[in-house]
Parts: sequence; C-alpha cells; structure tokens
Amino acid sequence: MIVIIDYGLGNIRSVSSALARTGADVLVSSVPEDVRGADGIVLPGVGAFKKAMENIKSLGLAGLLTEHMKGDRPYLGICLGMQILFEVSYEHGRSPGLGFMAGAVSRFAPGVKIPHMGWNQVAPKGAGGMFSGIDDGAYFYFDHSYYVDNTDDGIVSGITDYGKKFASAVAKGNVWGVQFHPEKSGNTGLRLLENFVRTVGG
Amino acid sequence: MLAKRIIPCLDVKDGRVVKGVEFVNLRDAGDPVEAGERYSREGADELVFLDITASHENRKTRIDIVSRTAGSVFIPLTVGGGINDIDDISALLKAGADKVSINTRAVENPDFIRESAEEFGSQCIVTAIDARRRKDGKGWEVYTYGGRKSTGIDVLDWARRAEGLGSGEILLTSMDSDGTRDGYDIDLTRSVSEAVNIPIIASGGAGNLGHLAEVLKEGRADAVLAASIFHYGEYTIRQAKEYLSGNGINVRQV
Repeated sequence: MIVIIDYGLGNIRSVSSALARTGADVLVSSVPEDVRGADGIVLPGVGAFKKAMENIKSLGLAGLLTEHMKGDRPYLGICLGMQILFEVSYEHGRSPGLGFMAGAVSRFAPGVKIPHMGWNQVAPKGAGGMFSGIDDGAYFYFDHSYYVDNTDDGIVSGITDYGKKFASAVAKGNVWGVQFHPEKSGNTGLRLLENFVRTVGG
Repeated sequence: MLAKRIIPCLDVKDGRVVKGVEFVNLRDAGDPVEAGERYSREGADELVFLDITASHENRKTRIDIVSRTAGSVFIPLTVGGGINDIDDISALLKAGADKVSINTRAVENPDFIRESAEEFGSQCIVTAIDARRRKDGKGWEVYTYGGRKSTGIDVLDWARRAEGLGSGEILLTSMDSDGTRDGYDIDLTRSVSEAVNIPIIASGGAGNLGHLAEVLKEGRADAVLAASIFHYGEYTIRQAKEYLSGNGINVRQV
C-alpha cells in the first residue's frame, strides 16, 4: 500500500489519479497509523515550506517520516515534498526541514523569470532508478521559485538548467525527491511514478 | 532548456464547451473532459478552462468537470472565470486544478491576489489582464467584466502590481486582437513581458502558426494561448510544435 500524505497542501487529487493510473494501490491519509504501515510514501506539495513543516509536525508525522526513510523504505517527495528532505529552507526567513539529506533550499537568483514555470529537461545521472525507461533530456513540468542548493553530488540523480544547473531529482537509496511534478508531466511523468510503484512492490 | 508552451483554451458554459470544438472522432465534442484528453494526447503543454458563466449555481458543475479532467488528463490545468474568494480557489485546487486565473476580482480588490498567493503559493495564482490600446495610442488600459468595463488603469502598472502582490503568472489578452485572427498584439506582449519578471501567456488574435512564432519570439511571451485555430481542426498541436521547432523555438515534442 502506498500512502499519499494529505497535509493540507498540494494537489492530492492529481497525484492519486496518476498513481492509480499506474495500477498502484493507494490510500490518501494523514493518520499516523496509516503512515506507519505504509510500504511506500508519497508526499506531494505546493505552497510554502514553513507551513508544510508546521502541518507535518502538528499531524505528528515528522518522526514517522524520518523513521520510514531511515529504514530505506520507498519515499517519493514531489516539489515541496522533495524540499523538506533537506536541512533548511530560506523561503521567507529560515526554516528547518527534516534534514534527511544535506543541502539548503534557496530562491533562484535574478536573471531568470521566477517562478520557473513550464516544461524543462532533466538529464539523469547514472542509470536506472527513477529514470528507468525515460529518455535523457525528457521534459517534465516544473512550477517553483525555490530549488535545492549545496547538496552532495552523490545524491543528485537528475539535473536541470534554468539560468544555472540545479538538482531537479535526488535519491538516497529508496528515498527519492523530484522538484518537478510527475503527476502533471504526461506519459513521461507516469513512467517515473510507475518506476516508484515498482520499487515499492519490491 | 525551458520550453515555450502551447496552451489550448476551452470556453465552458454550463459545463459544456462553447465556441464549438469541431474535432472528428470525439464521442462528445461538447464535453470539456474529452476535448482536454484529446489536446493532451496531441501534446498540449497545459489546458485552460474559462468558465464564461461561473454563476453560483454553476460552481458544482465546474468542480465536477475539473475533478473528472484531473482524473484522466495529466498535464497542468488552469481554471478561470468568476473566482471571487479563497473558498472558490480552495475548492478548485482540491478538485485537481493546478492554477486559477483571476481577473475582475483582482482589479477590484488587489489584496485578493496577495491573500491567495499567501494561502496557496504564487505558483498557482494567475492574474488575467484584458488590455485595450488607448485611443491616443499611448499605452494600454485594463478592462474588466469580460472586456466590457474600462478601468482607467494602465496595463503595465497593473502587471507590475500583480507581480508585487504575489501573482505567479500573467495571462495577457489583447481585446483589440481577440477574435481578429490577425495575430497577437506584439507591442503589448513585449512591453508587459519586459515590465515584469514572471511568465507571460499571450492571448488573442492567433490566426495561423506564424502568429504563434511571432509572439513567442518578438513578443517575448513564455506561452501562447489559442482557441479557434485548434478547435476547428485547422492545425493540430503537433503541427504547431513542428512549425515552431522548425523556426528555432524550443518546444516539448511528444
């Protein structure tokens, strides 16, 4: 069972429809018991970093998420769900994240239009994993103003160029994060979700 | 490299597509969900549904359409028309819309942009601007109520203000060009695109594929909205992308 965490932010409906399309068994929930029993967790999310962390904490989920990740159980964080994996965000001040991966979330520097909105290419690093079966340089849909900066090269699994090259996908074992929206990236996005579902299935 | 977007726009009234979509092989061409699926398969980068009635009674119908679309179309969906309060936005986003487009309400109460952006994030708040060139030729003026009411507000000032209030994108329609099929208003689009640092969707006047290329290049638009050139089957989205690509414009090919 894949649990999509509904913490009051994010387009839950699209994520659950897209996952259901791949044939996955999904449950939308914010109940700690459900999260504890999940084989895989998907954390979608758009909006503000600070609010996301507050909601996750007030639902009593922060510890459970960390436990899940430390057990190397499959996790897919989308957009904000990727950003909260990191140590800190500089969106509207300084807010700590879950700190599962090293790095900070920063705003794009002037010189490009912000938000970074639309379809951009992702160059996968390394073979297989989340980009299995997806062309090098395939387009995914992005819609964000902040990105993950200063992270370890070792966890970067996809790179996108927007004024500068940034980590648009990260992975540490079975814990994945993507800055783009696979649920809004047509067939390419569905393929990535399928790859995640396969990881959950063992 | 970030691709330029092609966005077909469906005018919806009482849950049905108006300004007829004339696709062959659609069971029900009036069904916005079927039309959306078709465009998505052809390679549309996003969809826009403009609900031209958007009365109170119609809200349930609108939510139902958005929800059915989000269940089968996996590209971004923007919904506009008659969005008056935070609850309207919340209901649409929950149903599966990715962005909402706000027009008249934003002009009458600019704080509504700020409140919405704070609540849901800038990335989902699109400010729609209906612009008409001033009679003396000096700049453009903002119109509301579907282009019926002049406001005296300068388009460039309003665009900058919308950005400052937290809007993440501008859907810019030239009332002068809309429906003419003579091409987009290039001056207007370029002026707004240079005035702000958020993406601009150009709208109004597309009659052929050259017009799309012109506004993306010379007008510096980030995306183009078009209705009739796609609805009547003159061009497919795929043809449009091949044409743009052949003219050196970066698009996502499917």
